[in-house]
Amino acid sequence: MTTTDTVRPAGAPGPAVDAVDWAAVRADFPLLERTVRGGRPLVYLDSAATSQKPNVVLEAEVEFYETRNAAVHRGAHQLAEEATEAFEDARAAVAAFVGADTDEIVWTPGATSALNLVAYALGNATAGRGGAAAERFVLRPGDEIVVTEAEHHANLVPWQELCARTGAVLRWFGVTDDGRPDLSAIDDVITDRTRVVAFGHVSNVTGAVAPVAELVAAARRVGALTVLDACQSVPHLPVDLHGLGVDFAAFSAHKMLGPTGVGALYGRRELLAAMPPVTTGGSMVEVVTMEATTYAPPPQRFEAGTQMVAQAVGMGVAAQWLGELGMANVAAHERALAAELVKIADIPGVRIVGPADTADRLAVVSFVVDGVHAHDVGQVLDDKGIAVRVGHHCAQPLHRRFGVAATARASASVYTTVEEVVAFREALAGVRAFFGVE
Amino acid sequence: MSSLEQMYQQVILDHARHPHGRGLVDVAAGHLAGESHQVNPTCGDEVTLRVDVVPAADGAGPVVAGVSWEGQGCSISQASTSVMTELVSGRSVAEVERLDAVFHDLMGSRGKGLDDDAAEDALGDATAFTGVSQYPARIKCALLGWAALKDSLARSGALAG
Repeated sequence: MTTTDTVRPAGAPGPAVDAVDWAAVRADFPLLERTVRGGRPLVYLDSAATSQKPNVVLEAEVEFYETRNAAVHRGAHQLAEEATEAFEDARAAVAAFVGADTDEIVWTPGATSALNLVAYALGNATAGRGGAAAERFVLRPGDEIVVTEAEHHANLVPWQELCARTGAVLRWFGVTDDGRPDLSAIDDVITDRTRVVAFGHVSNVTGAVAPVAELVAAARRVGALTVLDACQSVPHLPVDLHGLGVDFAAFSAHKMLGPTGVGALYGRRELLAAMPPVTTGGSMVEVVTMEATTYAPPPQRFEAGTQMVAQAVGMGVAAQWLGELGMANVAAHERALAAELVKIADIPGVRIVGPADTADRLAVVSFVVDGVHAHDVGQVLDDKGIAVRVGHHCAQPLHRRFGVAATARASASVYTTVEEVVAFREALAGVRAFFGVE
Repeated sequence: MSSLEQMYQQVILDHARHPHGRGLVDVAAGHLAGESHQVNPTCGDEVTLRVDVVPAADGAGPVVAGVSWEGQGCSISQASTSVMTELVSGRSVAEVERLDAVFHDLMGSRGKGLDDDAAEDALGDATAFTGVSQYPARIKCALLGWAALKDSLARSGALAG
């Protein structure tokens, strides 16, 4: 790290872009030093699937286990106090990083769990749990939940299931030819019947940044809840959840340089306070009798069972580390990488699925190669040490919209270099010749 | 030959470009019919495969008269289904089941092939997929058509008893 050790919220001014030593940043990621496929340097372009981890995150987990490991929020011994402090400090770091208050952050096993938590809480409210306070979450037949055709399955299937359980109706925005949500008929889609508007901040396929303000304004006009899938934005952009004005947001640690097995649900304070619990059991209760149970206030109400403390500590360190780097710097660095990535459109036979320019898009670029299946594209790249994702990226409806079963996807992070993107482009240029389709 | 060239042998690339048995064909009158749709959920590859089986008669077991299919996917799944179509057509169902088992063994060989030369010879062009077995993520591509074949035979009733 080349910057100061103060915690800087995302979006706050960081050091100027040219003050960041990106080579030093990269050197903090030990995995990137390894070779693959017969000694080739690894070119890791699959950060949208999961990011690599800097030493500070790895060390934080080890340090927790070596010195402070204990169950949190129970026990009066010193270790339990220290573990609880580390756990709650991590919550504060994550909250500060995304512009939320500390008690608005619920630890979850990941973003998928966070999105399901909201969907199941609404279902529980509809089933009569949560009493009068939860009335605002009750769904009735004919109520509508709105998503987009570009959603990751994690922000689609839970809503389909919620509709099936409650009689609510799922509606969606289609996608334009350049892979953005088509809001041209927004007032026909978000109506007085709309109760929830759930959408991805940044598509994990097209890299397009959603028009959050427009969607939030439309949802507010009709009193609908907004749920933001922020998995692909929080690691790459300054994200200020209070500023965005969404009601809920979900993101995972493992895509933002943190450990697997932990993520966060953000919920506006009064909404979390009114929401019935989902997973029940230990640690989330106040008084339990054989007849009935009362529940702890949020966030503990939504954190049943022994928590993933070391992972949460690692997520807190990742958030702090990114905050020190300055998310404006990260965004600028990755904007330059996006500009290099979209140049693949100049390779004969290569077509980008999503925006071909760099406006309102991040450094995640999906593409097809005419005459060569994505799996085969990925295999040839892998032979040169270049790791990309192939398949539908958990977004089958979006791929169906574009008439393809699968795409290949290259995605960058803080440690990605322009030289790596150039190596990727050169390898990609040879793919059609390898399969004899030129 | 590099690992990549071992996987993408010329015979595989040829079959991928010009697959055999593509286009579903009606099953002959009096024959057993079975059809199966298989999907590789990780990549969306899919195949719909139909078998035409001459029923058992006069002490002789059922025989695969023909295989036809439709689908889309990577070169490995398309070529494997094509090679399999040629390999099994005209063979007894019992023999096809043996070939299926041998091909599964080959896919589990981690690129080493089989010790049993006779078994490998019986696979014909399908031995070209030995290189695929070095890549765990691609083995199911090679097996997609075989899974559809096995399921089609079961649905046709030809495996009963």
